[in-house]
Amino acid sequence: MIENRRWLDILTHAVLILGVAIVAFPVWVALVASTHPAGSFATGHMPLLPGGHGWDNYSTVLGSGMRGAGSEPLWRMLINSTIMAVLITAGKIAISLTSAYAIVWFRFPLRVVCFWLIFITLMLPVEVRILPTFKVVADFGLLNSWVGLTLPLIASATATFLFRQFFMTLPDELVEAARIDGAGPMKFFRDILLPLSRTNIAALSVILFIYGWVQYLWPTLVTTDPKFYTVVMGIKRMVAVAEADPQWNFVMAAVVLAMLPPVLVVIFMQRLFVKGLIETEK
Amino acid sequence: MARIQIGALRKTYPGARADTLHGIDLSIEDGEMAVLVGPSGCGKSTLLRMIAGLESVTDGEIRIGDRLVNQLEPAERDIAMVFQNYALYPHMTVRGNLEYGLKNRRTPRAEIDARVTEAARVLEIEPFLDRKPQALSGGQRQRVAMGRAIVRKPQAFLFDEPLSNLDARLRGQMRVEIRRLQRRFATTSIYVTHDQLEAMTMADKLVVMNAGRIEQVGSPMDLFETPRSLFVAGFIGAPGMNLLPVEDLRASGADLTGLPGTTSVVGIRPEHLLPDATGAWMALHVTVDAVELVGSETLVHLGAAGLSAPLVLRQPGAARLAPGMPLRVGLPRQHLHCFDAHGLRIAQDSTDPALRELESRLDALR
Amino acid sequence: MQTKRTIFPNKGLPWLLIGPQLIVTAIFFLWPSAQAIWTSFRREDPFGLNTTFVGLANYTRLFDSGEWVAAAGRTAVFAVSVTALSMISALVLALAANRVLRGSRFYTTLLVWPYAVAPVVAGVLWWFLFNPTIGLLPYMLSGFGISWNHRVNGGQAMTLIVIAAAWKHVSYNFLFFLAALQSVPKSLIEAAAIDGAGPFQRMRDIVLPLISPTTFFLLIVNINYAMFDTFAIIDATTSGGPAGATNILVYKVYADGFLGLNLGSSSAQSVVLMLIVVALTFVQFRYVERKVQY
Repeated sequence: MIENRRWLDILTHAVLILGVAIVAFPVWVALVASTHPAGSFATGHMPLLPGGHGWDNYSTVLGSGMRGAGSEPLWRMLINSTIMAVLITAGKIAISLTSAYAIVWFRFPLRVVCFWLIFITLMLPVEVRILPTFKVVADFGLLNSWVGLTLPLIASATATFLFRQFFMTLPDELVEAARIDGAGPMKFFRDILLPLSRTNIAALSVILFIYGWVQYLWPTLVTTDPKFYTVVMGIKRMVAVAEADPQWNFVMAAVVLAMLPPVLVVIFMQRLFVKGLIETEK
Repeated sequence: MARIQIGALRKTYPGARADTLHGIDLSIEDGEMAVLVGPSGCGKSTLLRMIAGLESVTDGEIRIGDRLVNQLEPAERDIAMVFQNYALYPHMTVRGNLEYGLKNRRTPRAEIDARVTEAARVLEIEPFLDRKPQALSGGQRQRVAMGRAIVRKPQAFLFDEPLSNLDARLRGQMRVEIRRLQRRFATTSIYVTHDQLEAMTMADKLVVMNAGRIEQVGSPMDLFETPRSLFVAGFIGAPGMNLLPVEDLRASGADLTGLPGTTSVVGIRPEHLLPDATGAWMALHVTVDAVELVGSETLVHLGAAGLSAPLVLRQPGAARLAPGMPLRVGLPRQHLHCFDAHGLRIAQDSTDPALRELESRLDALR
Repeated sequence: MQTKRTIFPNKGLPWLLIGPQLIVTAIFFLWPSAQAIWTSFRREDPFGLNTTFVGLANYTRLFDSGEWVAAAGRTAVFAVSVTALSMISALVLALAANRVLRGSRFYTTLLVWPYAVAPVVAGVLWWFLFNPTIGLLPYMLSGFGISWNHRVNGGQAMTLIVIAAAWKHVSYNFLFFLAALQSVPKSLIEAAAIDGAGPFQRMRDIVLPLISPTTFFLLIVNINYAMFDTFAIIDATTSGGPAGATNILVYKVYADGFLGLNLGSSSAQSVVLMLIVVALTFVQFRYVERKVQY
């Protein structure tokens, strides 16, 4: 549509630039802070341009952990976070794919009941039933273990619904052709369904990876062994210490490192990320 | 190759009040092309899918060759199916699509390659073998779907409205091509369509279905010339047969002498109506409503007081008629189809002496 | 429930396929939830050795206690503020991004990444900015004569968590608004333009009404987010303080259960929260139902 409204174009860009600036502002400050020596923050004149201590700060945080905070080196936490995020992503996708497959292409007693049981999990965020869930995990002796850290977060109604919805859009004739071609249920799943679900799996993986990475309350509760600390937990612990003994440069370096992996995933897989987000609709 | 026999086949969907199929008997000879035609919901697709093994059998039996296949999996029935939306595997190449069924049957590699090459050559799809279905046009996809059936060398081909997604011109081409291929491989085939033109042109054996029952089975010309029921008369042929209730005729002042006494509806095909009926035995005074020039022929829509539905008259070439013109159309005796109150054809072998007498007088007049 | 026309006839296989999901759901979702409901009707003796059935006592105590009611009020203020702030900013940005012809993707990239920032990290970032001793914003605010200290000023603490929570959720709302705006048929906008509507009239009369289903959906999602997904932000910034000024319901469940070890009350709170989620989910699915038939 041809429409010349110069002032409106300018306003539009101004709004967007302002929005980007506000969104980016805290991160810019964190980036700047992570490149200054510890002493720069005492006065309230927080620097707004990067300093020269970036390398020192990042290598300290990554390599030897924070002085005085007794925390693990950050590289270890980053690995833990990655393991946790990947396990949760893979687990959720695996059990959701198969259960959606069972619900869509099989008929078995209590099928609708099963569907609703899974559906109910939508309504029970972990924060709400945190204490009894913690007790179950503790009773199984799963505290301080990868299983305890990831398994309770794996059941997912969201992913099951997404796959179910996608499966319902596949034409019936596809299965019929496959059956006439001699493909049984597992062969159909492997040869046809999985390859067709590739984009959906990828899109969902982006969302689930972020979900796994940003988990805070659950890992805080079930891990007391520093061996299992994730980077998100680590930052909270650093902050608690920094209140008394400000080492803001280190804290902000850790913050930047904790943000980096999921943010990069979003930026470089934007198309998949948007697809995953819009289609899961929470 | 095989003969397909269906005996007293019934289908009732769980929870449904009425049967979808009420006892179908049908036999399709080896190498024959049978076309099932009927309006949507008549059960033709259900019947095909039961033969394919995609729907369970409520009662009755299906035999392919000598085997009773009621309980067999689709893959075990040795049939191939071509679907309306092609149902090609979108993530596989054309070659992958053709090979999949053979691989699942553990056909030796050399045999697979030979069959795929042969099918690709026959269907002229060799250039696309390594492309994905999305990269193909509708007609090309249709060929691949055919190819997937051919490479299997099955006992029977089943076609479920395979041409409905194509445009009219392509449909015409593919019709001829499918028939050519079917003859070439001499494979018993069942073809489902709702398009009576497709049905007429492709069938060796035409099966007209309605409301879960077979209305009539026979060669296309049989059904065209002697439709057994009002339904078949109206369904086969385009434009459809003019069907005139006897009361309408009487109300329009037509002379009904000589019609069988039980006649309730009189039918006559558009091409058999005479535009100028001076002296004809049965005639109607009508007015031209509309004139459709198709090029090679003209369709004239006619209305008259007392007629509940308009008449259609077909004439070769361009008719010099304009809307509003009055006309006296004749209904020649020998082209009339008479149906009774149940919609069934009344046999007219002209044994009635009065009728014969009338006919000879008519001939003399001409 | 709608199913496929053609299904596989296997009897055992589907159980094998759905089994893992069911087992995890039963052990980590249903059983703990049942436990929460069970415990909410019981009270522990002072030594924690025995529990006795007390009926609705935990609930009545909850609703009678000013503390819980105050927390519920705070939660409402918090949820409404976060929802309003993040949805309005997201809508303005989405309208702008939908207008630019070139560079829309570029702006989108720069606006969506906060979705990937962990709530704790978001909390820490804003807490750093608002830090009373070293923070940049209190320094700037002091120029306007405002003394910022969210460690003592409850209102300021609430402002802090609202900003941090809204900041993190703008990207989510932005993406949904943008998708909705892009699905408004161009021909409608063109018809309105031919009818003489200017850009603002078109937005008010055509665009906003057409995206209202998305707006409603986001409203529910945002309330849900503010009520339940902001735990980490609060824990990282104010820990519910000062003097409980930011102690919203979901934080209180945790604090009473894990720190206060008051199991009966914490369970009763859990159950109430579950009912709230159920209600919100129900409302949300009433909306989704119209689009997707389950």
